[in-house]
Amino acid sequence: MLDGILIGLSTAFSGFNLALVAAGCLIGTLIGMLPGLGPMSIIAIMIPIAITIGDPASALILLAGVYYGAIFGGSTSSILINAPGVASTVASSFDGYPLARSGHAGKALTVAAIASFAGGTIGAILLMIFAPMLSTVALLFHSAEYFALMVLGLSAVAAFGGKGNVAKALLMTLLGLIMATVGEAALFNAARFTGGLMDLQSGFGFITLAMAMFALPEALFLVLDPGRSSRGDKESSKIGKLRISAAEGREIAPVIGRQSLQGFFIGVLPGAGATIASFLGYAVERNLATKEEQEKFGKGSLKGLAAPEAANNAACSGSFVPLLTLGIPGSGTTAILLGALLSLNVSPGPRLMIDEPDIFWSVIISMYLGNLILLLLNLPLIPYIAKLLAIPRNYLIPFILFFTLMGSYIGQNNPTELLILVGLGIAATALRLADYPLAPLLIGFILGRMLEDNFARAMQIYDGPSFLWERPMTIGLLVLAVLLIFLPSYRQWRAGVKIKKARERYDQ
Amino acid sequence: MALDRWLALIVLGICCVYGYTAWFLMDGSLAPFMRRNPVWPSTFPKILSIVCGLTALWVLVFQHAPPGQKTGEIDYRRLLEYKLQQAGGLIALMVSYALTLRPLGFLLSTALFLAVGAVVLGERKFYILVPVALLSSGLTWYLVAEVLGVYLSPLPILF
Repeated sequence: MLDGILIGLSTAFSGFNLALVAAGCLIGTLIGMLPGLGPMSIIAIMIPIAITIGDPASALILLAGVYYGAIFGGSTSSILINAPGVASTVASSFDGYPLARSGHAGKALTVAAIASFAGGTIGAILLMIFAPMLSTVALLFHSAEYFALMVLGLSAVAAFGGKGNVAKALLMTLLGLIMATVGEAALFNAARFTGGLMDLQSGFGFITLAMAMFALPEALFLVLDPGRSSRGDKESSKIGKLRISAAEGREIAPVIGRQSLQGFFIGVLPGAGATIASFLGYAVERNLATKEEQEKFGKGSLKGLAAPEAANNAACSGSFVPLLTLGIPGSGTTAILLGALLSLNVSPGPRLMIDEPDIFWSVIISMYLGNLILLLLNLPLIPYIAKLLAIPRNYLIPFILFFTLMGSYIGQNNPTELLILVGLGIAATALRLADYPLAPLLIGFILGRMLEDNFARAMQIYDGPSFLWERPMTIGLLVLAVLLIFLPSYRQWRAGVKIKKARERYDQ
Repeated sequence: MALDRWLALIVLGICCVYGYTAWFLMDGSLAPFMRRNPVWPSTFPKILSIVCGLTALWVLVFQHAPPGQKTGEIDYRRLLEYKLQQAGGLIALMVSYALTLRPLGFLLSTALFLAVGAVVLGERKFYILVPVALLSSGLTWYLVAEVLGVYLSPLPILF
């Protein structure tokens, strides 16, 4: 193993490869900031360039740089304009955007960069240690367990139900699940609930829905109440401040540590990936936080931003385990990377580590390098990126709307998608006016398809719903999900009882 | 009735239509061999329609905000006091952008969208506004179409 690491180090640290990873990080960050272009599409765009390089190790180093850059770029648009272009950065906008709105955009981006760096690096270290071992564990997860894992991922919605709004959060999740059933499902080759509209044949687009739920209502709110944006302007002098205090560092360090571990192990499971890792990371950290800290979640908590960022990046490293050791792509992005590997004449699988150690290890080393260079490149750029928010409102809002529309148009190349986006955006604005949390709807939508596919597969394998109680891991995960959903309500109820008792004692 | 209860009622209506489709309309076209399967395309929607309907009913009856209390960040009861015209103008602009993107081409429709959007919001410095709109649409088109290779028809449909 040590020989392999040394070979990987010498390959990755050559001047040419260092330049490639830096270029990849920069390109990935810049393009990733455009909503609608996630890591998957950017890597797909970069593959022809990578292949022309010829050397598989150099090509993969470039792609790894692009990958990490794109993830960070995606977080940037989530944090600055509440427009998450990728499912895995949705959770980053929950606390990142409120932080940016309160004039701490620089700090939010710094926390995101550091948490991403730490998550990615810890993930890469774990990948090095556990890769061969974990590939066998990942195979123990069957459809039934995946179904339970998705339910566990959905339990994140309880985090948005604060102040007795759990039922509203649940209703929004169910609405998201209903929207996910529109169009053709993977297991049944028939379009459902399309109302005869051809444009809905493949269902609602994720980016369209994400933009309609987050970016569009936010932009409309900024228009309706100009005070919201002028409050932001007043704070803009602080925008460029990047520094995190020692106390804040101590606050987020354990979160990053925990979520890097949890994110990595979730990322290892094929199909689960960075999205669930980020939602679960957010939910778990909210449940672990003290009552006062819990109040801050969703309003600009540093912990709430660090958790999904670290988990998301660690999961990305984790998703390389099944790819490199079994040749199974666990996510869309790793599937594209698998395609790139195959076109470079490298076939990932159990023999890769033995037959081509230079490629295996240079990929892993390039992950460290990608993360490090990303941090070094982006930290000095953050004040300039954050200054985007200081653009006058009359120009900023049309641009936010334009990028929102473009994000949804680029993916589908269909103007009807824009009309769907506007319609859904108006509905989302009405829901937000009535204090319905919108994030659960998107979580339900994202996890809905996977949930139904795994539910259907497990039902077919077990010829009925017996998998729910026959498999210990499934029932364990489901019990955990129920606990995560009801724990916040129970805590609230207990606090209410305590206050009531204290009042009674005081009255006596 | 408060807005959140109206919305819960609408969601309940959606659940009823969705449930009716799942329970009574979908299974008719199912192939005979698929009827032997333990899970049908309508199974998951059937479960969802019941759970969602019950939750909507719960919110409608128990979970609404007390009357008179301010909900959300903007008080919808005083919506007319906010810049409703500007918001409406921008929504109309987005719809027209969707309708003109193909016929007018990307460059013209985008420049118009950005310029008119800023005007709706009260910008009157045309000597800044027009060049910024033109430059931005040109740059975006170059980046998306030429660099990234995603096709966007730049010119009006006539050309």
